[in-house]
Amino acid sequence: MMAALARRRRTPMASLSNWTARHGHALVSTAGHLGRHGLATALTVAVMGLALALPLALNVLVRNVRDATGDFSEAVGLSVYFKPDIPEQKARQLASIAGQRTGVASATLISASEALAEFRAQSGFGAALDALPDNPLPNVLTIRPAPGADSPSQLEALRSYLLSWPEVDSVQLDRDWVLRFSAIMQLLRRVVLITAVLLGAGVIAVVGNTIRLEILHRRDEIEVTKLVGGTNAFVRRPFLYAGVLYGLAAGAIAWGLVAIAGVSLAPAAEHLAAAYGSSFTLRGPDVYELGALLLGGIVLGWLGAWIAAARQLARIEPRTA
Amino acid sequence: MISFERVGKRYPNGREALTDLSFEVHDGEMVFLTGRSGAGKSSVLKLIALIERPTRGQVIVNGDNTGRLALRRVPYFRRSMGVVFQDHRLLMDRPVFDNVALPLIVTDTAFREIERRVRAALDQVGLLGKERVAPLELSVGEQQRVCIARAIVSKPPLLLADEPTGNLDATLAAEVMGLFRRFNEVGVTVVVATHDLPLVRESGLREITLDDGRLGTPAAHADG
Repeated sequence: MMAALARRRRTPMASLSNWTARHGHALVSTAGHLGRHGLATALTVAVMGLALALPLALNVLVRNVRDATGDFSEAVGLSVYFKPDIPEQKARQLASIAGQRTGVASATLISASEALAEFRAQSGFGAALDALPDNPLPNVLTIRPAPGADSPSQLEALRSYLLSWPEVDSVQLDRDWVLRFSAIMQLLRRVVLITAVLLGAGVIAVVGNTIRLEILHRRDEIEVTKLVGGTNAFVRRPFLYAGVLYGLAAGAIAWGLVAIAGVSLAPAAEHLAAAYGSSFTLRGPDVYELGALLLGGIVLGWLGAWIAAARQLARIEPRTA
Repeated sequence: MISFERVGKRYPNGREALTDLSFEVHDGEMVFLTGRSGAGKSSVLKLIALIERPTRGQVIVNGDNTGRLALRRVPYFRRSMGVVFQDHRLLMDRPVFDNVALPLIVTDTAFREIERRVRAALDQVGLLGKERVAPLELSVGEQQRVCIARAIVSKPPLLLADEPTGNLDATLAAEVMGLFRRFNEVGVTVVVATHDLPLVRESGLREITLDDGRLGTPAAHADG
């Protein structure tokens, strides 16, 4: 008879509602608990939020530098020097062929006569040039790579292709600039990654310590819960939820901080860009970064809480006076 | 229901609390554990509730050998009994409702069911309507009854009580004892550790007397 009392039949619907009850209760009681300890919760979340804000800010910076250098990439390109005996007519034909190649944003021909006129106007050697029997300048084709087709290897491929034309004398590639720039960007991305890993570990430590103190503080409650038959999983659950809520809030705060910083820096950045003749606008953190941050916050918070709970809860076993 | 076979319990500090103790409590029985303080009453209850494990001998509760039960099985084992602690062990920062509901919450009972059973348990101990009150606002006797409500809310087949009348005056003590009698009448096995001998004698129920960790004779404590 006693065994029958203890055993209860479970239908799928009942176990679903049990699951809801179980997790609903843990979530609500945890949220309530965090709310009641507003100041402590706010401080923890603020520290975590600041820690997450730094890698996000760096990432936004790198993204904006890359966006801004979309303009600089116009300074990156190839100068194609035709052989001196190629007539301007032929050079124009070749320019339009080059312009239609994929990976080429524009192909502009500076004809020998245009170049001479420009040189005459700007150099002040007009009289000396008049003494020459022929125009010594060749037709030159300036090629800008399309965005996304400007990696060193792609530029090198384009250069070999153009060199294979019989009409072309030489092709100059602004390669060093591209390589250096790409190396700087790679370094910055690495800095973002390292910062994210270090501060992520910091977030785990902050959550872990907060949860550890919380567990010690609620020792009596844990003991009583175990005495009435609460499993370790049951006792651990609210602390894991607390970790997740901390992480979620910290992610949202980090995003908010960087978004505010972005908005307040935007006018100054546009001013600077305008001074360089660029129409660049600063873009703050986007929705993908928000998603990544919230997800990261959840994972880090959960992990920190789990480590603390696994260590602490096993040690707390009921004692009686 | 409960069977002690030549049980010995020695604590890590070297104190020998129980020596060669054997007794049985049958299904649906109500017994008293008596004896001086320090005679081992609390140790017996701790061994039954699996707060401690025996150093020697066997403690069998509900068919489970407590000395061999795996750690992960312990929570499920404890769900088959309600325990009334000497020091109540109520959560002082939670209202009465939350305290009484705890044994149901740990078994993932649906909220509507919890509400119904908590009210039923509080009704049985005469505290219906005090759900939202904090334990500190209650008298000692009321706190004791909250503890009893928590022990019976999950309708366990076994009820253990450690000095449940220790802090109560004679009238309240008799009331609490009456409560245990009523649970016993509906089939619950009840074990009460107490030094309130008049109350025990009055009940006419079986008495297991401990003397320095061994079985003693009730007569030896007739004056105590």
